[in-house]
Amino acid sequence: MVKEIEAHGLPVVHMCTVVPISLTVGANRIVPTVAIPYPLGDPSLSLDEEKALRRKLVRRALAALQTEISEQTVFNA
Amino acid sequence: MTKRIVHYINQFYAGIGGEDKADHRPERRDGFAGPGMALGAALKDAAEIVGTVICGDSYFNEHPDEVTPQVLEMIRGYAPDLVIVGPAFNAGRYGMACGMVAKAVSEQLELPVVGGMYIENPGLDLYKRYGYFVETANSATGMRQAIPAMAALARTLLAGEQPAGGYIERGLRKNYFAEKRGSRRAVDMLLKKLAGESFATEYAMPVFDRVEPQPAIKDVRRARLALVSSGGPVPKGNPDHIESSSASKYGKYSLKDIDDLNAQNSETAHGGYDPVYANQDLDRVLPVDVIKELLRDGEFGSLHEYWYSTVGNGTSVANAKKYAAAIAEQLLADHVDGVILTST
Repeated sequence: MVKEIEAHGLPVVHMCTVVPISLTVGANRIVPTVAIPYPLGDPSLSLDEEKALRRKLVRRALAALQTEISEQTVFNA
Repeated sequence: MTKRIVHYINQFYAGIGGEDKADHRPERRDGFAGPGMALGAALKDAAEIVGTVICGDSYFNEHPDEVTPQVLEMIRGYAPDLVIVGPAFNAGRYGMACGMVAKAVSEQLELPVVGGMYIENPGLDLYKRYGYFVETANSATGMRQAIPAMAALARTLLAGEQPAGGYIERGLRKNYFAEKRGSRRAVDMLLKKLAGESFATEYAMPVFDRVEPQPAIKDVRRARLALVSSGGPVPKGNPDHIESSSASKYGKYSLKDIDDLNAQNSETAHGGYDPVYANQDLDRVLPVDVIKELLRDGEFGSLHEYWYSTVGNGTSVANAKKYAAAIAEQLLADHVDGVILTST
Protein backbone atom coordinates (compact mmCIF):
# COMPACT_ATOMS: atom_id res chain seq x y z
CA MET A 1 0.00 0.00 0.00
CA VAL A 2 2.83 2.34 0.94
CA LYS A 3 4.48 1.83 -2.40
CA GLU A 4 1.31 2.21 -4.44
CA ILE A 5 0.33 5.47 -2.74
CA GLU A 6 3.85 6.79 -3.20
CA ALA A 7 3.75 5.75 -6.85
CA HIS A 8 0.78 8.11 -7.23
CA GLY A 9 3.05 10.99 -6.28
CA LEU A 10 2.48 11.33 -2.54
CA PRO A 11 5.28 10.95 0.01
CA VAL A 12 4.34 8.32 2.59
CA VAL A 13 5.85 7.74 5.99
CA HIS A 14 5.39 4.15 7.14
CA MET A 15 5.02 3.75 10.90
CA CYS A 16 5.52 0.09 11.73
CA THR A 17 7.21 -2.26 14.16
CA VAL A 18 8.81 -4.92 11.95
CA VAL A 19 11.18 -2.69 9.99
CA PRO A 20 12.66 -5.52 7.87
CA ILE A 21 9.20 -6.19 6.41
CA SER A 22 8.75 -2.51 5.63
CA LEU A 23 12.15 -2.46 3.93
CA THR A 24 11.45 -5.54 1.84
CA VAL A 25 8.00 -4.23 0.90
CA GLY A 26 9.67 -1.06 -0.36
CA ALA A 27 8.65 1.78 1.96
CA ASN A 28 10.97 4.75 1.56
CA ARG A 29 10.42 6.71 4.79
CA ILE A 30 10.13 4.41 7.80
CA VAL A 31 9.55 5.32 11.45
CA PRO A 32 9.98 2.27 13.74
CA THR A 33 7.24 1.86 16.32
CA VAL A 34 6.77 0.15 19.67
CA ALA A 35 5.24 -3.31 19.28
CA ILE A 36 3.08 -5.25 16.83
CA PRO A 37 -0.24 -5.12 18.78
CA TYR A 38 0.33 -1.48 19.83
CA PRO A 39 2.62 0.30 17.36
CA LEU A 40 1.81 3.76 18.70
CA GLY A 41 1.36 3.07 22.37
CA ASP A 42 2.59 1.13 25.35
CA PRO A 43 0.04 -0.24 27.82
CA SER A 44 2.73 -0.53 30.51
CA LEU A 45 2.94 3.28 30.71
CA SER A 46 0.49 5.70 32.24
CA LEU A 47 -1.96 7.24 29.76
CA ASP A 48 -0.09 10.56 29.84
CA GLU A 49 3.27 8.93 29.26
CA GLU A 50 1.79 6.82 26.50
CA LYS A 51 0.40 9.87 24.73
CA ALA A 52 3.74 11.65 25.05
CA LEU A 53 5.43 8.65 23.44
CA ARG A 54 2.85 8.65 20.63
CA ARG A 55 3.31 12.37 20.10
CA LYS A 56 7.07 11.92 19.86
CA LEU A 57 6.67 9.20 17.20
CA VAL A 58 4.14 11.16 15.13
CA ARG A 59 6.34 14.27 15.26
CA ARG A 60 9.18 12.09 14.02
CA ALA A 61 6.91 11.04 11.14
CA LEU A 62 6.23 14.69 10.30
CA ALA A 63 9.96 15.35 10.29
CA ALA A 64 10.48 12.34 8.01
CA LEU A 65 7.98 13.74 5.50
CA GLN A 66 10.00 16.93 5.52
CA THR A 67 13.33 15.19 4.95
CA GLU A 68 14.75 14.80 1.43
CA ILE A 69 15.96 11.25 0.86
CA SER A 70 17.47 9.41 -2.08
CA GLU A 71 16.99 5.86 -0.80
CA GLN A 72 15.04 3.88 1.81
CA THR A 73 15.60 5.60 5.14
CA VAL A 74 14.78 4.49 8.69
CA PHE A 75 14.17 7.43 11.01
CA ASN A 76 15.31 6.16 14.40
CA ALA A 77 15.61 9.53 16.06
CA MET B 1 21.86 -44.57 11.88
CA THR B 2 18.73 -42.44 12.06
CA LYS B 3 19.41 -38.79 11.31
CA ARG B 4 18.40 -36.13 13.79
CA ILE B 5 16.08 -33.24 12.98
CA VAL B 6 15.10 -30.21 15.05
CA HIS B 7 11.81 -28.52 14.17
CA TYR B 8 11.10 -24.81 14.73
CA ILE B 9 7.43 -23.78 15.14
CA ASN B 10 5.49 -20.89 16.65
CA GLN B 11 3.29 -20.73 19.75
CA PHE B 12 0.14 -21.44 17.76
CA TYR B 13 1.27 -24.68 16.18
CA ALA B 14 2.79 -25.77 19.50
CA GLY B 15 -0.69 -25.57 21.01
CA ILE B 16 0.31 -22.88 23.50
CA GLY B 17 -2.22 -20.36 22.24
CA GLY B 18 -3.14 -17.84 19.60
CA GLU B 19 -2.42 -14.16 19.43
CA ASP B 20 -2.79 -13.71 23.18
CA LYS B 21 0.30 -15.93 23.52
CA ALA B 22 2.32 -14.38 20.68
CA ASP B 23 4.70 -12.92 23.25
CA HIS B 24 5.69 -16.42 24.40
CA ARG B 25 9.44 -16.67 24.99
CA PRO B 26 11.63 -19.31 23.35
CA GLU B 27 11.40 -22.83 24.73
CA ARG B 28 12.51 -26.31 23.72
CA ARG B 29 10.67 -29.58 23.96
CA ASP B 30 12.11 -33.03 23.39
CA GLY B 31 10.54 -34.87 20.48
CA PHE B 32 7.92 -33.55 18.10
CA ALA B 33 5.02 -31.16 18.62
CA GLY B 34 2.14 -29.94 16.45
CA PRO B 35 2.81 -30.44 12.73
CA GLY B 36 5.97 -32.35 13.71
CA MET B 37 3.82 -35.43 14.18
CA ALA B 38 2.80 -35.56 10.53
CA LEU B 39 6.31 -34.56 9.45
CA GLY B 40 7.79 -37.40 11.47
CA ALA B 41 5.44 -39.86 9.81
CA ALA B 42 6.32 -38.51 6.36
CA LEU B 43 10.04 -38.77 7.08
CA LYS B 44 9.55 -42.50 7.71
CA ASP B 45 12.82 -44.12 8.81
CA ALA B 46 15.06 -41.47 7.27
CA ALA B 47 15.11 -39.25 10.33
CA GLU B 48 13.61 -38.54 13.70
CA ILE B 49 12.47 -35.19 15.10
CA VAL B 50 14.51 -35.18 18.30
CA GLY B 51 13.49 -31.74 19.49
CA THR B 52 11.12 -28.86 18.85
CA VAL B 53 11.99 -25.23 19.47
CA ILE B 54 9.10 -22.83 19.94
CA CYS B 55 8.78 -19.05 20.16
CA GLY B 56 5.87 -16.62 20.02
CA ASP B 57 5.74 -14.75 16.71
CA SER B 58 5.50 -11.28 18.21
CA TYR B 59 8.23 -11.96 20.74
CA PHE B 60 10.63 -13.17 18.04
CA ASN B 61 9.96 -10.23 15.72
CA GLU B 62 10.18 -7.63 18.45
CA HIS B 63 13.42 -9.04 19.94
CA PRO B 64 15.28 -10.70 17.05
CA ASP B 65 18.76 -10.00 18.39
CA GLU B 66 17.93 -11.55 21.73
CA VAL B 67 15.88 -14.51 20.48
CA THR B 68 17.97 -15.67 17.52
CA PRO B 69 21.03 -16.73 19.56
CA GLN B 70 18.80 -18.35 22.21
CA VAL B 71 16.93 -20.38 19.62
CA LEU B 72 20.20 -21.30 17.94
CA GLU B 73 21.63 -22.63 21.22
CA MET B 74 18.50 -24.70 21.84
CA ILE B 75 18.81 -26.17 18.34
CA ARG B 76 22.54 -26.82 18.76
CA GLY B 77 21.82 -28.66 22.00
CA TYR B 78 20.04 -31.41 20.09
CA ALA B 79 23.02 -31.92 17.71
CA PRO B 80 20.81 -32.15 14.62
CA ASP B 81 21.76 -33.08 11.06
CA LEU B 82 19.06 -30.85 9.57
CA VAL B 83 16.56 -28.24 10.75
CA ILE B 84 12.96 -27.84 9.59
CA VAL B 85 11.09 -24.53 10.05
CA GLY B 86 7.35 -24.05 9.74
CA PRO B 87 5.52 -24.30 7.40
CA ALA B 88 4.52 -20.65 7.92
CA PHE B 89 2.06 -20.31 5.01
CA ASN B 90 1.22 -16.58 4.67
CA ALA B 91 1.76 -15.67 8.32
CA GLY B 92 4.17 -12.74 8.03
CA ARG B 93 5.72 -12.75 11.49
CA TYR B 94 5.97 -16.56 11.54
CA GLY B 95 7.65 -16.44 8.13
CA MET B 96 10.12 -13.84 9.37
CA ALA B 97 10.90 -16.00 12.42
CA CYS B 98 11.38 -19.12 10.27
CA GLY B 99 13.65 -17.10 7.98
CA MET B 100 15.77 -15.77 10.83
CA VAL B 101 16.16 -19.30 12.20
CA ALA B 102 17.11 -20.56 8.73
CA LYS B 103 19.74 -17.85 8.34
CA ALA B 104 21.30 -18.48 11.75
CA VAL B 105 21.31 -22.27 11.30
CA SER B 106 22.79 -22.20 7.81
CA GLU B 107 25.44 -19.62 8.62
CA GLN B 108 26.45 -20.60 12.13
CA LEU B 109 25.70 -24.32 12.36
CA GLU B 110 26.26 -24.89 8.63
CA LEU B 111 23.32 -27.27 8.46
CA PRO B 112 20.70 -27.59 5.73
CA VAL B 113 17.32 -26.04 6.44
CA VAL B 114 13.94 -27.03 5.00
CA GLY B 115 10.82 -24.90 5.32
CA GLY B 116 7.57 -23.94 3.69
CA MET B 117 5.92 -20.59 2.93
CA TYR B 118 3.36 -18.95 0.71
CA ILE B 119 5.00 -17.11 -2.18
CA GLU B 120 3.99 -13.65 -0.85
CA ASN B 121 5.24 -14.22 2.70
CA PRO B 122 7.73 -11.39 3.40
CA GLY B 123 9.99 -13.86 5.21
CA LEU B 124 10.54 -15.67 1.93
CA ASP B 125 11.83 -12.66 0.06
CA LEU B 126 14.35 -11.92 2.78
CA TYR B 127 15.51 -15.41 3.72
CA LYS B 128 14.90 -17.83 0.85
CA ARG B 129 18.61 -18.20 0.18
CA TYR B 130 19.17 -19.73 3.61
CA GLY B 131 17.00 -22.79 3.15
CA TYR B 132 15.01 -25.02 0.85
CA PHE B 133 11.48 -23.64 1.06
CA VAL B 134 8.50 -25.45 -0.37
CA GLU B 135 5.85 -23.19 -1.88
CA THR B 136 2.70 -23.66 0.20
CA ALA B 137 -0.90 -22.49 0.10
CA ASN B 138 -1.61 -19.22 1.89
CA SER B 139 -3.23 -20.85 4.91
CA ALA B 140 -2.96 -23.97 7.04
CA THR B 141 -5.47 -25.69 4.78
CA GLY B 142 -2.37 -26.45 2.69
CA MET B 143 -0.73 -28.44 5.49
CA ARG B 144 -1.46 -31.80 3.90
CA GLN B 145 0.36 -30.82 0.70
CA ALA B 146 3.20 -29.01 2.47
CA ILE B 147 4.22 -31.80 4.84
CA PRO B 148 5.09 -34.52 2.30
CA ALA B 149 6.89 -31.98 0.08
CA MET B 150 9.00 -30.76 2.99
CA ALA B 151 9.71 -34.31 4.16
CA ALA B 152 10.83 -35.27 0.65
CA LEU B 153 13.33 -32.38 0.54
CA ALA B 154 14.62 -33.29 3.99
CA ARG B 155 15.12 -36.93 3.02
CA THR B 156 17.05 -35.96 -0.11
CA LEU B 157 19.29 -33.54 1.77
CA LEU B 158 19.92 -36.04 4.58
CA ALA B 159 20.99 -38.60 1.99
CA GLY B 160 23.68 -36.10 0.99
CA GLU B 161 22.06 -35.34 -2.33
CA GLN B 162 21.07 -32.08 -3.95
CA PRO B 163 17.29 -31.78 -4.49
CA ALA B 164 16.50 -31.53 -8.19
CA GLY B 165 13.56 -29.23 -7.54
CA GLY B 166 10.49 -28.94 -5.40
CA TYR B 167 11.65 -25.78 -3.66
CA ILE B 168 11.52 -22.04 -4.31
CA GLU B 169 14.49 -20.70 -6.23
CA ARG B 170 17.03 -19.53 -3.69
CA GLY B 171 18.73 -16.87 -5.77
CA LEU B 172 22.12 -18.61 -5.58
CA ARG B 173 24.40 -19.11 -8.57
CA LYS B 174 26.59 -22.14 -9.15
CA ASN B 175 29.46 -22.34 -11.62
CA TYR B 176 29.60 -25.22 -14.11
CA PHE B 177 31.42 -26.07 -17.33
CA ALA B 178 29.15 -25.75 -20.35
CA GLU B 179 29.77 -27.79 -23.46
CA LYS B 180 29.27 -24.88 -25.85
CA ARG B 181 30.94 -21.55 -25.37
CA GLY B 182 28.93 -18.45 -24.47
CA SER B 183 28.87 -16.83 -27.91
CA ARG B 184 27.50 -20.01 -29.43
CA ARG B 185 24.79 -20.31 -26.78
CA ALA B 186 23.82 -16.65 -27.19
CA VAL B 187 23.48 -17.01 -30.97
CA ASP B 188 21.46 -20.21 -30.54
CA MET B 189 19.13 -18.33 -28.24
CA LEU B 190 18.81 -15.45 -30.69
CA LEU B 191 18.04 -17.83 -33.57
CA LYS B 192 15.33 -19.49 -31.50
CA LYS B 193 13.87 -16.13 -30.68
CA LEU B 194 13.86 -15.09 -34.35
CA ALA B 195 12.20 -18.36 -35.28
CA GLY B 196 9.52 -17.70 -32.69
CA GLU B 197 10.58 -20.73 -30.64
CA SER B 198 10.75 -20.78 -26.87
CA PHE B 199 14.13 -20.27 -25.25
CA ALA B 200 15.34 -20.03 -21.68
CA THR B 201 17.60 -17.28 -20.45
CA GLU B 202 20.67 -18.38 -18.50
CA TYR B 203 20.49 -15.35 -16.26
CA ALA B 204 17.05 -14.27 -15.20
CA MET B 205 16.97 -10.59 -14.31
CA PRO B 206 15.66 -9.91 -10.83
CA VAL B 207 12.46 -7.92 -10.68
CA PHE B 208 13.12 -4.66 -8.86
CA ASP B 209 9.76 -3.52 -7.69
CA ARG B 210 10.75 -0.25 -6.11
CA VAL B 211 9.23 3.20 -6.10
CA GLU B 212 11.49 6.24 -6.12
CA PRO B 213 11.09 8.31 -2.95
CA GLN B 214 8.84 11.28 -3.55
CA PRO B 215 10.37 14.69 -2.82
CA ALA B 216 10.01 15.82 0.77
CA ILE B 217 7.28 18.22 1.82
CA LYS B 218 8.88 21.66 1.86
CA ASP B 219 7.03 22.98 4.89
CA VAL B 220 4.94 20.48 6.78
CA ARG B 221 3.31 23.34 8.73
CA ARG B 222 1.48 24.23 5.55
CA ALA B 223 0.91 20.70 4.31
CA ARG B 224 -2.30 18.71 4.09
CA LEU B 225 -1.88 15.24 5.55
CA ALA B 226 -3.94 12.06 5.60
CA LEU B 227 -4.07 8.94 7.77
CA VAL B 228 -4.12 5.44 6.30
CA SER B 229 -3.67 2.14 8.13
CA SER B 230 -3.33 -1.55 7.36
CA GLY B 231 -3.90 -2.31 11.04
CA GLY B 232 -7.66 -2.44 10.61
CA PRO B 233 -8.82 0.58 12.67
CA VAL B 234 -12.57 0.96 12.17
CA PRO B 235 -15.54 2.61 13.92
CA LYS B 236 -17.09 0.53 16.69
CA GLY B 237 -19.03 -2.38 15.24
CA ASN B 238 -16.95 -2.51 12.03
CA PRO B 239 -19.79 -1.10 9.87
CA ASP B 240 -18.31 -2.26 6.55
CA HIS B 241 -17.54 -5.73 7.90
CA ILE B 242 -13.90 -5.60 6.86
CA GLU B 243 -12.63 -9.15 7.22
CA SER B 244 -10.08 -9.96 9.94
CA SER B 245 -7.95 -11.73 7.33
CA SER B 246 -7.65 -11.53 3.53
CA ALA B 247 -9.65 -8.29 3.48
CA SER B 248 -11.87 -7.91 0.42
CA LYS B 249 -12.22 -4.12 0.84
CA TYR B 250 -11.01 -1.00 2.57
CA GLY B 251 -13.07 1.45 4.63
CA LYS B 252 -13.25 5.24 4.61
CA TYR B 253 -14.33 6.98 7.83
CA SER B 254 -14.77 10.60 8.84
CA LEU B 255 -12.45 12.19 11.37
CA LYS B 256 -14.51 15.35 11.54
CA ASP B 257 -16.13 14.84 14.92
CA ILE B 258 -13.52 12.58 16.46
CA ASP B 259 -10.65 13.93 18.57
CA ASP B 260 -9.80 10.69 20.28
CA LEU B 261 -10.26 7.01 19.49
CA ASN B 262 -11.42 4.94 22.44
CA ALA B 263 -13.17 1.73 23.39
CA GLN B 264 -16.57 3.37 22.89
CA ASN B 265 -16.13 4.69 19.35
CA SER B 266 -13.69 2.35 17.62
CA GLU B 267 -12.05 -1.06 17.40
CA THR B 268 -9.70 -3.03 15.18
CA ALA B 269 -10.94 -5.42 12.52
CA HIS B 270 -7.50 -7.01 12.23
CA GLY B 271 -6.93 -10.67 13.03
CA GLY B 272 -3.52 -12.18 13.46
CA TYR B 273 -2.46 -10.04 16.38
CA ASP B 274 -3.85 -9.74 19.88
CA PRO B 275 -6.51 -7.00 19.54
CA VAL B 276 -6.89 -6.32 23.27
CA TYR B 277 -4.61 -3.25 23.36
CA ALA B 278 -5.97 -1.78 20.14
CA ASN B 279 -9.56 -2.21 21.27
CA GLN B 280 -8.84 -0.53 24.63
CA ASP B 281 -7.43 2.56 22.90
CA LEU B 282 -7.26 2.59 19.11
CA ASP B 283 -4.97 5.61 19.12
CA ARG B 284 -2.33 2.93 19.66
CA VAL B 285 -2.87 1.90 16.02
CA LEU B 286 -4.10 5.14 14.43
CA PRO B 287 -2.83 8.17 16.39
CA VAL B 288 -5.93 10.34 16.01
CA ASP B 289 -5.64 12.02 19.44
CA VAL B 290 -2.12 13.21 18.76
CA ILE B 291 -2.80 14.14 15.14
CA LYS B 292 -5.67 16.41 16.21
CA GLU B 293 -3.47 17.98 18.88
CA LEU B 294 -0.61 18.57 16.49
CA LEU B 295 -3.07 20.09 14.03
CA ARG B 296 -4.36 22.48 16.70
CA ASP B 297 -0.77 23.30 17.66
CA GLY B 298 -0.06 24.23 14.05
CA GLU B 299 2.59 21.54 13.57
CA PHE B 300 1.05 20.72 10.20
CA GLY B 301 -1.36 22.62 7.99
CA SER B 302 -4.56 20.66 7.57
CA LEU B 303 -5.98 17.17 7.77
CA HIS B 304 -7.85 15.21 5.10
CA GLU B 305 -11.29 14.57 6.53
CA TYR B 306 -11.23 10.78 6.32
CA TRP B 307 -9.09 7.94 7.46
CA TYR B 308 -8.72 4.86 5.31
CA SER B 309 -8.37 1.40 6.75
CA THR B 310 -7.89 -2.15 5.67
CA VAL B 311 -6.52 -5.31 7.22
CA GLY B 312 -3.03 -6.33 6.14
CA ASN B 313 -3.34 -9.84 7.56
CA GLY B 314 -3.12 -12.33 4.69
CA THR B 315 -4.35 -9.76 2.19
CA SER B 316 -2.85 -10.38 -1.23
CA VAL B 317 -0.41 -7.90 -2.70
CA ALA B 318 -2.68 -7.43 -5.71
CA ASN B 319 -5.64 -6.42 -3.52
CA ALA B 320 -3.56 -4.15 -1.30
CA LYS B 321 -2.31 -2.42 -4.42
CA LYS B 322 -5.84 -2.00 -5.73
CA TYR B 323 -7.13 -0.47 -2.48
CA ALA B 324 -4.11 1.82 -2.22
CA ALA B 325 -4.61 3.08 -5.78
CA ALA B 326 -8.25 3.92 -5.02
CA ILE B 327 -7.25 5.65 -1.79
CA ALA B 328 -4.47 7.61 -3.49
CA GLU B 329 -6.90 8.94 -6.12
CA GLN B 330 -9.16 10.32 -3.41
CA LEU B 331 -6.21 11.87 -1.55
CA LEU B 332 -4.93 13.56 -4.70
CA ALA B 333 -8.41 14.89 -5.47
CA ASP B 334 -8.39 16.54 -2.03
CA HIS B 335 -4.92 18.05 -2.58
CA VAL B 336 -3.25 15.98 0.12
CA ASP B 337 0.54 16.52 0.30
CA GLY B 338 1.66 13.57 2.41
CA VAL B 339 0.46 10.39 4.09
CA ILE B 340 1.07 8.74 7.45
CA LEU B 341 0.47 5.00 7.07
CA THR B 342 0.49 2.82 10.16
CA SER B 343 0.85 -0.96 10.24
CA THR B 344 0.60 -3.49 13.00
